[in-house]
Amino acid sequence: MIEALQFEFMQNALFAGFFASLICGVVGSFVVVNRLVFLGGGIAHAAYGGIGIAFYFGVPYILGTLGFSLVAALVMTAVVLKAKNRADTFIGVLWAVGMATGIILLDMTPGYQVNLMSFLFGSILAVPSSDIWWMLALSAVTIFSAGYFYRDMLAISYDDEFARLRGVPVNLLYFFFIGLVAVSIVIIIRVVGLILVIALLTIPPFIAEKYSNSLLMMMALSTVFAMIFNLSGLWLAYTFNLTSGAAIILVATGGFFLSLAGDFLIPRLMPKKKENAL
Amino acid sequence: MQTPVISVEDMNFSYNGRPVLTNVSFTVREKEFLALIGPNGGGKTTLLKLLLGLIKPDSGKIRIYDMPPDKAAHRIGYVPQNIAFNKAFPISVLDVVLMGRLRFHGRSRIQRPDKEAAREVLSELEMLDYQNRRIDDLSGGQRERVFIARALATDPDILFLDEPTASLDNTGRTELYAILKEINKDKTIVVVTHDMMVLSSYISSVACVNKSVHYHGAAELTEEMIEGGYHCPVELIAHGVPHRILKTHEDEP
Repeated sequence: MIEALQFEFMQNALFAGFFASLICGVVGSFVVVNRLVFLGGGIAHAAYGGIGIAFYFGVPYILGTLGFSLVAALVMTAVVLKAKNRADTFIGVLWAVGMATGIILLDMTPGYQVNLMSFLFGSILAVPSSDIWWMLALSAVTIFSAGYFYRDMLAISYDDEFARLRGVPVNLLYFFFIGLVAVSIVIIIRVVGLILVIALLTIPPFIAEKYSNSLLMMMALSTVFAMIFNLSGLWLAYTFNLTSGAAIILVATGGFFLSLAGDFLIPRLMPKKKENAL
Repeated sequence: MQTPVISVEDMNFSYNGRPVLTNVSFTVREKEFLALIGPNGGGKTTLLKLLLGLIKPDSGKIRIYDMPPDKAAHRIGYVPQNIAFNKAFPISVLDVVLMGRLRFHGRSRIQRPDKEAAREVLSELEMLDYQNRRIDDLSGGQRERVFIARALATDPDILFLDEPTASLDNTGRTELYAILKEINKDKTIVVVTHDMMVLSSYISSVACVNKSVHYHGAAELTEEMIEGGYHCPVELIAHGVPHRILKTHEDEP
């Protein structure tokens, strides 16, 4: 592994994994505590429509996917805010429409065809340096926004009604945060693929949530978990010549089931004494 | 005559075309301790949300300190129903209370004085030792105190509580109402509740909420009024009245 680090593709893979972990740790924690995983999946799949648009109309890839996903995300957010109990159905529809549009547009595009596999699993070992800069910029924006609006984000996630009473512009910030989720997903998909995005967005925050007593700690822990999964997945992929995205996901799901097993076993092996009598 | 802190005039509210509250008029005076009672689905929580400005009435007028509710929201401390919260949310007791200081100085950042203020209310409610604990590690009674602390951290003139004792045992209820009685010395309190037994010596007025609102100032609360057909399907105990007057609504099981 150490000798592999001299290759530029390996360095870029590590950088990509690092930034993806950072963004997923912050954004994923927001997604998980707000139960927006389905919405995240919807945005990620709808992004495929953006890829179709980009290829068919010949617009730059990043503009096509970003534009399409942002619009899809904002529409989904509007539905979540307006009709919470019907939101999942609507997101499912947009999810499907996005993917179908993408595939049809690619069918109609003459010449080169994008490989669906590379979209699903990405190619972390083939990340160009220009994408690393995109990710660096996005990480900076994400961390700055999360830091600046931390208290608002916390309040909206925990009790939006109370936040509203305190004069927090709840709807506006909700759009902003979900827009941030959309931008993050699009940029990370390019690097690691949409399945890995959803895995990184959900598994590390899920594990971290149990051991954190603040959203901030959850974000930090998720980032650390995501980095561990990325590094060990990359190592496995390199050593055994496996598909990197899939290897990372399997390591992450391994962590997921280990943490579930821990939840089941730890209280049985070391019973915690009751001290909350009031 | 004191100026009312809350006044509601001919207010109507419907949800999806179904009337929830009709022809509601009542006033609440300074430092009153008003209990909103009534059957489930009678509109108690809806009435609180209308008073908070979270929802708008179809017609009629609501004034809080002679202002529209959304302008006066900062003068009200709100303690929502406990069950509504995401149980697994990773948030510490101190962070919950700090929500009460959001936008306190018009900014989104929390500063050192805000933390001091939050710790002060926590210590008043004897919860300071728990400030770094995760909220879902606490018992129902402790959690209720934290939510009261959050409401008090907003430095309100009125306190609204929605079924604060729902998850508490008898000791917990008595303790909680003792706290509320203390708070009532300088703040107006409106509480939605089912348990009138504990309330007896604390409340100063009762309003029955069941599609309409029947306001009973404690002083005039008599058996005749209840016999007079106010459909209040709950036990009524008046302040200073030694015996319990039990009255059950026909629709109640």
